[in-house]
Amino acid sequence: MDFLTSLINSMPGAVAQGLIWGIMAIGVYITYRILDVADLTVDGSLGTGGAVCVVLVLNGAPVGVALVAATLAGMLAGLVTGLFHTACGIPAILAGILTQLALYSVNLRIMGTGTGGGKANLPISVDKYSLLVSARYVRKLALNNPILVLVIFCAVLIGVLYWFFGTELGCSLRATGANQHMARAQGINTNITIVLGLMVSNGLVALAGGLLAQYQGFSDINMGRGAIVIGLAAVIIGEVIFGKIFRNFALKLTAAVIGAIIYYIVMNFVLRMGLSTDDLKLLTALVVAIFLTIPYWKGKYFTKTPVKKGGKDNA
Amino acid sequence: MLEIKNVYKTFNAGTVNEKVALKGLDLTLEDGDFVTVIGGNGAGKSTMLNAVAGVWPVDMGKIVIDGQDVTRLSEHQRAKYIGRVFQDPMMGTAATMQIDENLALAARRGLARTLKTGITKKEHDEYYELLKTLDLGLENRMTSKVGLLSGGQRQAVTLLMATLKKPKLLLLDEHTAALDPKTAAKVLTLSEKIVEENHLTTLMITHNMKDAIKYGNRLIMMYEGHVIYDVKGEEKKNLQVSDLLQRFEQVSDGEFANDRMLLS
Repeated sequence: MDFLTSLINSMPGAVAQGLIWGIMAIGVYITYRILDVADLTVDGSLGTGGAVCVVLVLNGAPVGVALVAATLAGMLAGLVTGLFHTACGIPAILAGILTQLALYSVNLRIMGTGTGGGKANLPISVDKYSLLVSARYVRKLALNNPILVLVIFCAVLIGVLYWFFGTELGCSLRATGANQHMARAQGINTNITIVLGLMVSNGLVALAGGLLAQYQGFSDINMGRGAIVIGLAAVIIGEVIFGKIFRNFALKLTAAVIGAIIYYIVMNFVLRMGLSTDDLKLLTALVVAIFLTIPYWKGKYFTKTPVKKGGKDNA
Repeated sequence: MLEIKNVYKTFNAGTVNEKVALKGLDLTLEDGDFVTVIGGNGAGKSTMLNAVAGVWPVDMGKIVIDGQDVTRLSEHQRAKYIGRVFQDPMMGTAATMQIDENLALAARRGLARTLKTGITKKEHDEYYELLKTLDLGLENRMTSKVGLLSGGQRQAVTLLMATLKKPKLLLLDEHTAALDPKTAAKVLTLSEKIVEENHLTTLMITHNMKDAIKYGNRLIMMYEGHVIYDVKGEEKKNLQVSDLLQRFEQVSDGEFANDRMLLS
């Protein structure tokens, strides 16, 4: 009974964390699914978002301004990766790894600004500063409950992205991810669309980082480690569960958010079952590996209908 | 309309895989010319089309479209002037996007992509009528993903996309080669219809010599990266496949025997 009570008690926290990581997962969805690029910058830009947000609030900036600045900082990180990839011809994965590594130093610098030297961990107390989301109020029935705030955040973001990917510019971004040859033949500068996609993605990831730092009450140099894998896990869990019924783009993004929530609920559950936190990343990596393997094996070994060749009858 | 002046292109220069693909290529197309291009494998036909489209920069020479020197323009910048259909039906469309979305992308070829809606209601209705003319029933599947279409259907859609915004130049790179004979014939007829209705200047590569004679007002034969034979008008109309084979035999000195043109 104790186990059940503590599990239920931990649920609001898991949902709130899931919502924050859901925003991050939407960022991953944009690069991984729409742009067809595995962008590893996010492991660094999540921390950048946290660092910028906390440092600005500590230095007296309003929390809204801090979050916007965090988003812009993330976009800048995306820009760097994008230029490494398009202008310098570095393969996308390596470009992301390079930026991610560089961001480790950059994030330390940011956290050292106005706080007295480089710091690997920067606490921010909800008692002294007015923060948007905090884990402290996660079980309170009040307007400052982070779950409420985060649901609104997610809904607005999904709405804006739904609009954006329906515009001419958004469509050209999708075309770039679907078929670069075709995109260029239709006059789309694929270098620009790739850079833009990486910027939007990392902006969202950094925004999630800013929210996460507030929620947990500190920014940490290691907070983004393995973020890409959690983001992928959320995207894939969402697709496996809702792939068949969610066809609309807005619903697909929602599926990624729900995927992140499910991920945190499951993680909470296994931790309470006695799994050591030390083994968490191993478990996450395995889960993602398994979910990536399933569709591949399905296609390879369990194809039922023969592949149709050409289109003689109805072409 | 199109001038290709003394263009050279070598792939993998300085390695064992060095391949001189274009060797002093000269070709001028008049406005409204429909030119069929034939030649053996490695003659430089596709390389010529890619050079015009700007897939990579050429080593030497000049390419002019409608009086504008495009030699230094990149692929997406030249797209303003050029409509293209590729040999591979997968290349010309975005599989994960809807039929109407693909057409809307093509309708904006050469224009800046803004934050206006990607496809308007008015456009949607226009595309419905346009797809109807294909007679493939695609007008009732406009919101289907292009990836669900057959190869022939995709080429038909690509053809529409290439000509939706009237291009100065239409490049058809063996666009029926991957289709079965019946579908290929259908797509070819459609191509001719669109070219004639819009009075498009067209370069069409084909491996079928009968088609090369049947379609267009001019025929060129390529060999080792340049044009070796160029006929138009009456003379072209009266050509026989055997004439072309003979021409080919002369220049290629018998090595032509194993070329797949012999089979067509």
